[in-house]
Amino acid sequence: MALFEVEHLKKYFPTARGMVHAVDDVTFSIEEGTTMGLVGESGCGKSTLGRTMIHLLDSTEGVIRFRGEDVTHPDKKKLRRLREDMQIIFQDPYSSLNPRMTIQDTIMEPLKLSGRFAKEVLEEECVKLMDLAGIEKRFRDSYPHELDGGRRQRVGIARAIALMPKFVVCDEPVSALDVSIQAQILNLLMDLQEEYKLTYVFITHDLSVVRHISTHICVMYLGQMVETCPTQELFDHPMHPYTKALLSAIPSTDIHNKSQRIQLKGEITSPINPRPGCRFAQRCPYATEECSRPLALQEVRPGHFVSCCHVQEINQ
Amino acid sequence: MVSNTDKKGYLSVQDLVVEYRSGGETVQAVNHISFELPGGRSLGLVGETGAGKTTTAKSIMRILPDHATQKVEGVIEYDGTDILKISEAEMQKVRGGKISMIFQDPMTALNPVKTVGEQIAEGLKVHQGLDKVKARAKAIEMLNTVGISEDRVDEYPHQFSGGMKQRVVIAIALACNPELIIADEPTTALDVTIQAQVLELIKKLQAERGTSMILITHDLGVVAQICDDVAIVYAGEIVEKGTLEEIYDHPMHPYTEGLFGAIPELSKDVDRLSPVPGLPPDPTSLPEGCYFAPRCPYATDACREKHFDLEKVSGSHYVRCIKKEQEG
Repeated sequence: MALFEVEHLKKYFPTARGMVHAVDDVTFSIEEGTTMGLVGESGCGKSTLGRTMIHLLDSTEGVIRFRGEDVTHPDKKKLRRLREDMQIIFQDPYSSLNPRMTIQDTIMEPLKLSGRFAKEVLEEECVKLMDLAGIEKRFRDSYPHELDGGRRQRVGIARAIALMPKFVVCDEPVSALDVSIQAQILNLLMDLQEEYKLTYVFITHDLSVVRHISTHICVMYLGQMVETCPTQELFDHPMHPYTKALLSAIPSTDIHNKSQRIQLKGEITSPINPRPGCRFAQRCPYATEECSRPLALQEVRPGHFVSCCHVQEINQ
Repeated sequence: MVSNTDKKGYLSVQDLVVEYRSGGETVQAVNHISFELPGGRSLGLVGETGAGKTTTAKSIMRILPDHATQKVEGVIEYDGTDILKISEAEMQKVRGGKISMIFQDPMTALNPVKTVGEQIAEGLKVHQGLDKVKARAKAIEMLNTVGISEDRVDEYPHQFSGGMKQRVVIAIALACNPELIIADEPTTALDVTIQAQVLELIKKLQAERGTSMILITHDLGVVAQICDDVAIVYAGEIVEKGTLEEIYDHPMHPYTEGLFGAIPELSKDVDRLSPVPGLPPDPTSLPEGCYFAPRCPYATDACREKHFDLEKVSGSHYVRCIKKEQEG
């Protein structure tokens, strides 16, 4: 059974200029111990989706299931219990930590609030967590501003895993970090996953990173899910025209094998009161009138879902 | 490489040293950086935050913050003139005219209360003495060049998306037809599909106009797309330099190896990345000997005692490391 499922999940935000369709009809399931990578460009709704999944935002429509149980509208008590099992690691380790709390207090806070630990063991637990996240003990009484970005992100991770959650949303956890620090954090996240059988949703715009860390990928464009399948399958057989363009745009360090780029024209359009049908159609080289019809996800190969009405012709 | 006698658009940076004053301490931001860039070529300056890449660029433009800058030494020769020695009035002619800079963050590089047309026209009026009408016409032409339709010339930066703003920044930098462009992380703030568009644009304009370029980035993938030469910068000094092929096919410095090991490469499957452990040194107290030694898996006592020079390995490939010297 899947650990986490979303069905036809929608999240709309009312604004003065109209309804923002931030997440529009997303359906997928995540098995325990795997990583679902959510990719797409800025404004495609990947962070909103991640936040809606763990109830930091209320969904507009759709169903969220955790361990088979419908948790779309939990009451306060249940939500509190769910939060122990569902955590989030934020993008910016500079603004997501309380500047007036020491590292120890930051990590101990969830332990205290859970009421699961006796006062005497709190510090001991905190040291254990710091050790797990690779933070040297000498930083216990430091404040966030005394730490570099990599260490701050480790604090964010230690705090997120403090109560040993089952499910962690990682929202661009390495985007603000330098490459060598980024690699250290990715390795830490993978080690923790192996050790504690964590299930991740990994949100990023960096396709090389997502390929490295995810078992499955869901590609989003302007709130819509355009393609989802196992990672290897996506990179071997991308089928949606947007996925193809996205993959071809990644600058590779392979200097002898310069593959042809698919150049997309124009830019992402507005998610406010969008036109019906496929939102990528305006930039899509294959678009026809048919593309304004409502989208449907098709299983084109086993486990490989694409929402494009021309998927067959394009991939012949 | 072009011979030294061809001085047109030739940039030579020799022994550049820049120190800042910060919180009562001396920050050694750039430590004896030297490189040469013949006209028409593009050099990638690669390194992590705080390595001194942007400081090097700002030294060439002479736009380092006066209040914090304690020391700028060395020679920056452009077209045969040491631009560190010329007067500010002369420098103003170089800046934006002969050498121009594309700044990293298009959100803050533009003036929010001036239309994009005015911002492109500004440099044209100053450097080429164009009148208002001609400058506006040229501004429109520049917008077309970077793929923005001319009816947007009177719009303000907030009316543009991130990718469009970066194009405006590029249009400003290119307006006076500079001989050298310094691009400081020009695509870091952009999404991949937009990044691909902007890189194509820079490449195309460079090919058409024969402009030389210094590209500052931490992204080895971007360098592979548009640079001829590469210099790897660590703790304010170049630890390895050479042509794109020399560096990418035979990375020799352990830090360069570490940089490549830290990026997940699409064409390769690895279980775990192999990043450089630890952090870059504190630029207010650099270690004795090799600056990279504290993080280096190959470091010996000799590395911790003596600071090595860049040594030639082959062709135009230079490395600052004792291990490679011994192997070679």
